[in-house]
Amino acid sequence: MELIKPNINIDFIGKRKIAFIVSLTLVIISIASLVMKGGPNYGIDFAGGMLIQVKFSQSITPGDIKEVLSTVGVENASVQQFGDVENKEYLIRAEKSSEAPERLAEKIKGNLEATYTDNKVEIRRVEMVGPKVGKDLREKALKALFAAILLIAVYISGRFELKWMTGIIIAMALLIAIYFFSMFHMNIPTLIIIALLVTLGLCVYLELRYALGAIVALIHDVIITMGIFSLTDKEFTLPIVAALLTIVGYSLNDTIIVYDRIRENLRKYHKEAYDTIVNKSINQTLSRTILTSVTTLMVVVAVFIFGGGIIHDFAFAMIIGIVVGTYSSIYVASPILILLRKGTAAKRAISRRGRSKFVLR
Amino acid sequence: MTLKEYQLKTFKWRVTLILAIIVVACVYVFPSFGVPAWWPNLLPAEKIHLGLDLQGGMHLVLEVESDKAVESAMERISQELKTSLIKAKIRYRDLDRINGDKIRLKILNPDQTSSFEDVIKESFGILEIASKDTSGDKPAFQLALKEEEARYIKKLAVDQGLETIRNRIDQFGVSEPDIRPQGENRILIQLPGIKDPKRAIELIGKTALLEFKLVDDEHSIEDALKGIIPPGDEVLTQVEVDPVTKQERRIPYLIKKRTYLTGEYLTDARVQIDSQYNEPYVSIEFDKKGGRLFEQVTGANVKKRLAIVLDGNVYSAPVIQEKISGGQARITGNFTTEEAHDLAIVLRAGALPAPVKILEERTVGPSLGRDSIESGIYSMVTGGVFVVLFILIYYKGSGLIANTALFLNIILIAAALAAFRATLTLPGIAGIILTIGMAVDANVIIFERIREEIRLGKTPRAAVEGGYSKAILTILDANVTTLIAALVLFQFGTGPVKGFAVTLSIGILASLFTSIIVSRVIFDYFLLQRRVKEISI
Repeated sequence: MELIKPNINIDFIGKRKIAFIVSLTLVIISIASLVMKGGPNYGIDFAGGMLIQVKFSQSITPGDIKEVLSTVGVENASVQQFGDVENKEYLIRAEKSSEAPERLAEKIKGNLEATYTDNKVEIRRVEMVGPKVGKDLREKALKALFAAILLIAVYISGRFELKWMTGIIIAMALLIAIYFFSMFHMNIPTLIIIALLVTLGLCVYLELRYALGAIVALIHDVIITMGIFSLTDKEFTLPIVAALLTIVGYSLNDTIIVYDRIRENLRKYHKEAYDTIVNKSINQTLSRTILTSVTTLMVVVAVFIFGGGIIHDFAFAMIIGIVVGTYSSIYVASPILILLRKGTAAKRAISRRGRSKFVLR
Repeated sequence: MTLKEYQLKTFKWRVTLILAIIVVACVYVFPSFGVPAWWPNLLPAEKIHLGLDLQGGMHLVLEVESDKAVESAMERISQELKTSLIKAKIRYRDLDRINGDKIRLKILNPDQTSSFEDVIKESFGILEIASKDTSGDKPAFQLALKEEEARYIKKLAVDQGLETIRNRIDQFGVSEPDIRPQGENRILIQLPGIKDPKRAIELIGKTALLEFKLVDDEHSIEDALKGIIPPGDEVLTQVEVDPVTKQERRIPYLIKKRTYLTGEYLTDARVQIDSQYNEPYVSIEFDKKGGRLFEQVTGANVKKRLAIVLDGNVYSAPVIQEKISGGQARITGNFTTEEAHDLAIVLRAGALPAPVKILEERTVGPSLGRDSIESGIYSMVTGGVFVVLFILIYYKGSGLIANTALFLNIILIAAALAAFRATLTLPGIAGIILTIGMAVDANVIIFERIREEIRLGKTPRAAVEGGYSKAILTILDANVTTLIAALVLFQFGTGPVKGFAVTLSIGILASLFTSIIVSRVIFDYFLLQRRVKEISI
C-alpha cells in the first residue's frame, strides 16, 4: 500500500509565504494569550497549593462539594469534574492551608459523608506542593527546556555543518552570557529569552543555517503548544514539561530527516536550483514523515482516550506537538534554509570568498 | 570474499547474538509475572519496580529547620555560660539569647572584661565575639557561633533527623521505604503502599521532644492568661478530645520554663493497658542517669504537679505523691491504641534535633494506582494493535518483520527496566506507548528507502542492502535528538517524569537494535538462506 505516491511533487516551497503567515499568526496568538493571562496556567507542581482527588459512589455536583468545603474552612477552592462523568470523580484545588493536607482530606471526607449519608467518599489522591518547591521546579523546568535546546543546537551545527568547535563556542558564549545577565538578578524567563536571542543571532552571524532552521522550528512548536494550552486554559504541570521536551526531540527528528535528504540531494543534483532541491527533498521524505506521524498519533490518541485523567493532558500536548512538529518540519524548517541562503548568497556575491566544505549552492 | 559471502558468514553470529539477547531479556522479564518454584536461585528474581503513582503510596519532601537546631544549641550554651561565669566569679547582667542564634550580655565590672574573654576562649571555643561595646561603664558583648560550628550543627541536625525518621518508619513497618537526603537540608521519603497516610505523617513529622517540667502552682493561671506571666514561666496547653462528641477542649497550664528531664534519657517506651480504666498508656523507662534525675525531681517536689510536655503540649500533669525511684514513668492522655502505639515509636526512636516542615506531599491511593495500571495497559494494547495492523497493511510481509521487531522491542524495554531496577511510573507507561509509535519509525525510514531502490530497478538483495546502508545514518541522527531531550528530562525530572525519561531512552536504544539489527537478520534469512527472489513491501 502507498499513501503517498513515489513521484509526488507538491510545491511546498512555493507556498512558503502562506505558511509563514499561518505560523506567524499562530505564534503571535500564542504569545498574546500567554502574555494576557500572565504566563502559563501553572498547576500545583509549579504554583504550589493543594489538590485532592475524590471519588463518589453517588453523583454529586461541584456546588454541593464546595458547600461542604466551606464548613471545614476551605474557601476559594475550585472543584472540577475529573475524567469521565460516570467516574464521579472530582478534583478539589485550594491554596495551601494551615492544616496538613492529609488531615484536611480526612475532615472533608468525614463532612461529605455526614452530609450525604448514602454517598461513599474515597480520597484517591492528595498532593501538596509548598511555594518554595513550586518555584524551584519552575526554574528547573525552564532550565531543562533551555539545556535541551542548547545541546541540540550544538549537535546540529556539529553534525550538519561539521562545525563542532563553533557549536561548542556558541554554548560557551551562551553560558557566559547567562552568567553575566544572572548577576543582574533577572528572572529566569527573561534570561531564557535573552539566551534564545543570542543563540539565534549567533546562528545567523556564523551562517549556521541548519541549526538556525531547526531551532526556529522547535521554538515555533513549543510556543504554539504552550499557546494552545493557554487558550484552552489547561494546566501546565510537570508531565507537560516532559511532553514539551519530547516534542522538541520529535520535531527535530522530522526536521533532521528532511535536512539529511537535502544534503544528500545537494551533492547528487548540484546543477539544480536550491529551491527545487529543497522541495524535492521534502517530497521524497514526505511518505516517511506522514507515516511516522500517523503511527505516533495513533498511540498518543489511544492514550488520550483510554489513558485516564492523569495523563490526559500529557497526551493532548503530545497530539498538538506531533501535528505542529510535522507541519513545521515541512513548512518552517526547510523554507528557512532558503530564506537564509538568499541573504548569504547576496553577501557572498560581494565578498567572493573561498568556499568551505559544506557551502550550500 | 564477496559481500554475499561476508554476510553469510556473519549471519550465524548475528543470529546467535540476537537469540542470546532474547533469552537474557526473557529471563529478566519472567519474574514480573510471578516467580515459579523451580526458578533457579542464580537467576534474577526481581520484579519490575512500580512507582508510587502505580502501586499507591506516599511521597514526601521535608525540610529540616536546621536553624532551630542552632538556636537550641545556643540556648544550651547560654545555660552553660551562666554556670561558667558564676564559677569564674564574673558578674554579668542581661544574659539573653537574641535573634535566635546570638547571646548578649553585659559585664558589670569593666576590669573583668579580659577574664571574661579568657573564659570564652578557653571553655567556649565554638563561640566568637561578634561585637563588643566597651564605651559605657558596663561593657556589652554579643556572642555568636563560629560559622563552621553552625554549619556542623545544621548538618548534624539533618543527618540525625534522617536517621531518626528512618528508625521511626522501620518500627512503624513499611515495606521498602526509601528515605534519602536531598540537597542541603531536605529529606525525601517514599513510602509505597501505605494504608494510613495521615498516621504516617504524624509519626514522621512529630519532633517528639519530651520534657518534664513543673507546674507553677504559686501563681494564678488566670493572671497569666491576662498577660501577667511570672518570669521564668510559660503558658502551655493540654488538648483533650472528648471521645464521644469529638469536641476539642484546651486546658491552659502555667508551667515553669526549666526542663528537669528530657526524652534523651529514655531507654524504652511501650504501650500498656491500664487494668482499671482499660485505657492504653505509654510506659517509659529511663537510663541510669535519667532515673537518678527523675528520683531527684520527684523527691524534691512531692505534692507538686509534674507536667509531661511533648512538643510544647502538656500531655498530663499528675501530682507527685512520693519520690519515684526505679526510673519508670507513664504517660497517659486519652489515647487510642494507635496513638499510644505511635507515641511509643517516636519516643523510642528519639526526638528530631530540629523540627521538620513538609514542603511537598503526594499521596496516591492504591485503587487509583490499580486504575492507572489498567488504563495504561489498555491504551498501550489498543494503540499497539492499531500500529501493528497499520504497518502490516502498509508493508505486508515486511510489515510482519517490523512488527516482530516492535514486539521484541517491548520485551527489551521490560527486561531493561527489571535489570536496571528502574521504576515504572504512569508517564513511564506513556513513554513505552510513545516508543511503540516511534520505534516503527526506523523501519519506516528503511522500508521507504528499500522501495525507492526497488523502483530504481535493483534486485531485492541490493535494494535491502542499499536501503539499510543509506538509512542508518539518518536513523542515528534522528534518534540522537530525542535521546538528548530524554537525557535532559532525566536530569530535571522527579519521580513520575523521571520514569518517562527512563522508558523513552531505553525505548529509543532498544528500537535502534531491533529495527536495524534484528529486522535486517530476518531479511537476510529470507534473502540469503531461503533465496527468496521477491520482497513483499
